[in-house]
Amino acid sequence: MEKFTISVNGKNHEVTADPDMPLLWVLRDLLSMKGTKFGCGQALCGACTVHLDDEAIRSCSTPISTVGSRKVTTIEGLDKEGHHPLQDAWVEHVVPQCGYCQTGQIMTAAALLKKSPNPSDAEIEESMAGNLCRCGTYNRIKEAILTASKTL
Amino acid sequence: MMPNFPFLKNKKAEDKSEVFVPSRRDFLKLSSLATGGFLLGVNFQCAGPKGETITFAPNVFVSITSDNEVTIVAHRSEMGTGIRTSLPQIVADELGADWSKVKIVQAEGDEEKYGNQNTDGSFSVRMFYEPMRKTGATARHMLIAAAAKKWEVSPTECHTENSQVIHSSGKKIDFGDLVAELKDMPLPDPASITLKEFSSYKLIGKDVTIYDARDITTGKAVFGADVDLPGMQVAVVRRSPVIGAKVISFNDAKALAVPGVNRVVKIDGAGIPPGLDKALEGVAVIADNTWAAMKGREALEIEWDLGPNQTYNSAKQLEEMLQSTAKDGKVRRERGNFLTAQRAAGKVLERTYLAPFYAHATIEPPAAIAHYQGDGICEIWAPTQHPQWARQAVATALELDLDKVKMNVTLLGGGFGRKSKPDFVVEAALLSKAAKSPVRVQWTREDDLHFDFFHSHSAQRIKATIDKDGNFTGWNHHTVFPAIGATGSTTELHPSDGELALGCTDFPYDVPNIKIETHESTAHTRIGWLRSVSNIHHAFAIGCMMDEIAEARGIDPVKHALQMLGEDRNLEFKPETDGKYENYGEPIETFPWNTGRMKKVIERVAKEANWDQKLAEGKAVGFAAHKSFLTYVACIVVVEKGSSGKISIPEVFYAVDCGIGVNTDRIRSQFEGGSQFATSLATTSAITFENGIPQQNNFDGYQIIRMPQSPKKIHVHILESMEKPTGVGEPPVPPYIPALCNAMYKLTGERIYQLPFKA
Ligand code: FES
Ligand code: FES
Repeated sequence: MEKFTISVNGKNHEVTADPDMPLLWVLRDLLSMKGTKFGCGQALCGACTVHLDDEAIRSCSTPISTVGSRKVTTIEGLDKEGHHPLQDAWVEHVVPQCGYCQTGQIMTAAALLKKSPNPSDAEIEESMAGNLCRCGTYNRIKEAILTASKTL
Repeated sequence: MMPNFPFLKNKKAEDKSEVFVPSRRDFLKLSSLATGGFLLGVNFQCAGPKGETITFAPNVFVSITSDNEVTIVAHRSEMGTGIRTSLPQIVADELGADWSKVKIVQAEGDEEKYGNQNTDGSFSVRMFYEPMRKTGATARHMLIAAAAKKWEVSPTECHTENSQVIHSSGKKIDFGDLVAELKDMPLPDPASITLKEFSSYKLIGKDVTIYDARDITTGKAVFGADVDLPGMQVAVVRRSPVIGAKVISFNDAKALAVPGVNRVVKIDGAGIPPGLDKALEGVAVIADNTWAAMKGREALEIEWDLGPNQTYNSAKQLEEMLQSTAKDGKVRRERGNFLTAQRAAGKVLERTYLAPFYAHATIEPPAAIAHYQGDGICEIWAPTQHPQWARQAVATALELDLDKVKMNVTLLGGGFGRKSKPDFVVEAALLSKAAKSPVRVQWTREDDLHFDFFHSHSAQRIKATIDKDGNFTGWNHHTVFPAIGATGSTTELHPSDGELALGCTDFPYDVPNIKIETHESTAHTRIGWLRSVSNIHHAFAIGCMMDEIAEARGIDPVKHALQMLGEDRNLEFKPETDGKYENYGEPIETFPWNTGRMKKVIERVAKEANWDQKLAEGKAVGFAAHKSFLTYVACIVVVEKGSSGKISIPEVFYAVDCGIGVNTDRIRSQFEGGSQFATSLATTSAITFENGIPQQNNFDGYQIIRMPQSPKKIHVHILESMEKPTGVGEPPVPPYIPALCNAMYKLTGERIYQLPFKA
């Protein structure tokens, strides 16, 4: 067990954890932030997506010991009021079905829009291909990203 | 023995649904309980001092406070269909509540109080449309009566809107200001309750945004694993690698040496048959957090007696099942004489169809939280489709009375039938008792794919006869698949009547000679039901075969389906199935199989897709129609071969007749999602077994489609209908698969006989 200080959503947190413990479980179990989801544990589904600095990463496959001083942003910190243009577009298009994959989808989409504010269809498909949705909301996700990109 | 399928609505459930629409007799009988009770009568808590909130709760589903807050109970599980919105939406519309301010709370599992809560079989709206309207209307009548009395006007001069009673003079009063007046008002006679005209509805039949949209997109929504209790530990279980395996011995020394691991507990499994509601044999590692529990599990040393399923190979069984379909089977439906038709035929088509095991693979793996409280009370939080069954299963496993188990229902991160089965909830309860603390049991993806209740693999053989004049004269369908009932009983060797009525014995086409046969097979894993159940493989085989028959007869497949459905009429299956046809648990008189309604969805989809148009080079279309869960669906899929040779699905067209549509946006979303779900079944997903062990461990082995593989545009056309509402969760899946296969044939010239196929 080791002590780590990580910055999550602009706040520093000190945690004691196994250096191998994935950031996902640090967030969920040690910091009780439940918006980041567990789906596969193998970087295959994207449910656990958060930002490390501006990069969308899979927190299930990111050991706490590798986070260092980089800033972690989770769905809870994407926008203080919960009104990031993507969140608003998601509601407008009523994207979620069960909703479980959606925080991960939004975090991946947010990183995409940071890099490419006006993404093409192909760019969206490529960037979002790591995020699975079993309910089948891919079409609305794409529409919502396009809507959000217009308001950014 | 016919297993009782939770996905089929049963009679008892229907009776119970009446519980909360009290008759006068019930009210009188039960009103003495009404003081603190919430059961049937009126629950008033209005003796409090001034300023204290007073609550008016005419029944268990609606309550209104003196602050004018309207709360509606959602008693069915939300797994993505939108039901947590759609049923309260019905109540609110009849009540005249201000929807933007309505609060929805999730009911705990308690069927005595709420009626049927088994969220399965696409029957929530079908079962509760009427009761929910009556619930809202009853409260509206009472509020109007109270306002009318206060104003000394006739109730007929009043209506409700925006959580207010409004008099024709323009006078208005908030619902909340009437709560005190309702104190001594008895529940009205149900016969006196009038429902609104359909045309006056403001929510029913409209696109209504789901209640949880904002919470989901901000990460606040609470799913199965998201409940935190003080002192809670986390358990991860190493389960019997092969169904029926038993632990001979285990060494937990290394597991206990992992920092954070507190305890290792053996779970006694049911063995063979494994059952639908029991925990599997296993060894659980209980730790401070999920990661420690996972590491602890890796360090476990277990010696297993693997039992009879250790030699099971699914490819071998599938081959044997296929061979069996060439023989005579057990006849399950018969019309005319197929053999005679075969002898007289000018042409006999004979085709076989294979489909694999499928896993549900909800993105949320099973997880449940239990708090066994020492005094014989166990409180649970679980993403369960069937809270009452989960409650019962926990009570049985812990040997508690049912009323000692409290079942809180969280949101479900997908269900599709998996989360009907309460095995994981039972695990949490057993482990909380053993650990003497609250416990969350957390399944990994590997656990989920290995210990699912799988959709059965299947082999089918269909022979169709065409006489010398080109008439379609005979249909002989052989189907074989390990039955759901086999999970609970080793003597269930044939598919049940219930499973056959899902797309097989309800073959609707007007063919003079029909013979449907089944063959024996055994289950070597846990079989369950997956979104649309055996309709999946039956519709695949029938939809593809109908396309070949049309081609052989030289008729366009859409025209062929219309022709073979014959005159508009209600079909009867009972006489030809020895009286055993199950109509999704509904009397066929109330929910008939009407060929006219099927023809209408076919005509509509052909029109919307512009079926007769000439397509551009590299494009092709396929068609299929299939009724399931009492809902009529026709589907056209467009496929395209890109310049790189890659095949994509640019467009999908659906036409659906589900009777009255309650939340049209959620109907469309179920079809959009259903076509994506079915694309996975058709093109990417399969579970196979070797040595009794599933060979797919995670989303690399068991693939589901990703955004680039998804159909690009999905058009959903809902037929306007005033027929009784039916479900939409499952019906999108069955016709899509054959429509896609038929389109692929037109594109590539090759027929598809086995799923999944490589797209
Ligand atoms: S849980 Fe991290 S990618 Fe699936
Ligand atoms: S909305 Fe259910 S998994 Fe995406």
